[in-house]
Amino acid sequence: MADTAVTTSAEHAAEAPSPAKRPLFSPFNIIAALILLATAPFAILRFTGGLGAVTALDHTNPWGIWIGFDLLTGVALAAGGYVTSAAFYIFGKEEYHSAVRPAILTGFLGYGLVVFALLFDVGRPWRLPYPFFVSQGVTSVMFEVGACVALYLTVLFLEFSPAAMEWLGLKKVRWIVVKLTILLTILGVLLSTLHQSSLGAMYLLAPSKLHPLWYSTYLPVYFFVSSIAAGLSMIIFESTMAHRYFSHLMDQRHKDERNKIALGFGRAAALVLAAYSSIKIFGIAADNNWAYLLTGYGLWYLVELVGFVMAPAFLFAVGVRDRNFGLIRVCAIWTVLGIVLNRFNVSLIAFNWHLPSAERYFPALGEFAISIFIVTLGIVVYRFIVTRMPILYHHPDYHD
Amino acid sequence: MDGTIYTLQEFMMRTKGIVYILAIGFLIGFTAFWHFLFSREPREETDRD
Repeated sequence: MADTAVTTSAEHAAEAPSPAKRPLFSPFNIIAALILLATAPFAILRFTGGLGAVTALDHTNPWGIWIGFDLLTGVALAAGGYVTSAAFYIFGKEEYHSAVRPAILTGFLGYGLVVFALLFDVGRPWRLPYPFFVSQGVTSVMFEVGACVALYLTVLFLEFSPAAMEWLGLKKVRWIVVKLTILLTILGVLLSTLHQSSLGAMYLLAPSKLHPLWYSTYLPVYFFVSSIAAGLSMIIFESTMAHRYFSHLMDQRHKDERNKIALGFGRAAALVLAAYSSIKIFGIAADNNWAYLLTGYGLWYLVELVGFVMAPAFLFAVGVRDRNFGLIRVCAIWTVLGIVLNRFNVSLIAFNWHLPSAERYFPALGEFAISIFIVTLGIVVYRFIVTRMPILYHHPDYHD
Repeated sequence: MDGTIYTLQEFMMRTKGIVYILAIGFLIGFTAFWHFLFSREPREETDRD
């Protein structure tokens, strides 16, 4: 099997397009450049004019879409890194081998973009290292979030680095990092468990601001469990996109394992979403919040719970039973949207819910623009890496 | 018995009681869901994409 993989990789390597052959003015490059050019002025304005120049944030609503989308959603969707590496390295699921590097790359870029987005969001970004070196504040949940994100980003960088080292031909350093793989995987799972949940724990600080249906002492558990479903779905979604746009870069093993990954991850996502929907109902029961379900916010909560958790859980199961890979992929996108909706609900829609609409937050154009700028930059970097480094194929010079 | 809760004791009795009943329901439901998910044998020849 290994020989086959190496052979196909070698064949692939011979066929892989070299960077020199790629046209500079491809449709992707032109569209990405136009988006970046259109949104970059807002990014510059953020640092020259301050937060007030580009955001609708104020003292009542200090956290906007840069926290709700770029950070909370970004971290949840980057969970595929620890989910996949745990499945492969810790649980020994060999059939998911080809998903590991793309998942770690997505996780690494996801966390990198979270930190990049934080540079825009915090008032004085040059003070980001302060919690570690100047004023620790170790009793704050924010310290734990900051510490875990910083440490996990470092771990993801190290986990990703063998691919970059294979590209650069740094065999000796790569050998050392590869020996650390299991340690890094365990650290990654540990740090992810801590900070995925502590992002939910942050909102425990605001019981009077968050709507009772979304506020629960189980919030850390909700955030952690939903991040697993997000990670599993994101890997299926990313695999679908990669096969659509980068199949010419893939070796045979990546192509062959595509449906196995969709099937295995779809099955796991069905179970996780079923468990997640149950603990959400336990949360309503534990706080005796049933009466809120009959209000407008209650209906919105049911849209999220039934429409974006229970429905995809059931349809994932139907897809897995019927080996209907199209349905599994639709459910993956559906779940990703559900996680985005959940994080938006917690951080924006159900936050400050008691305020009159005139005092509620709605993002300014600059906030949308900078979010689009960051996401586009992420896609450009992802494309740069997968078209150059052995992410979607096995490098023929390395056999471990 | 009008459902009004006056004390923390009553609140805990009610909410814990409901959670425990739900937990039993969840265990039964999850077992059924597991069976639904794993009951069908793999049929590679009928894969649909």
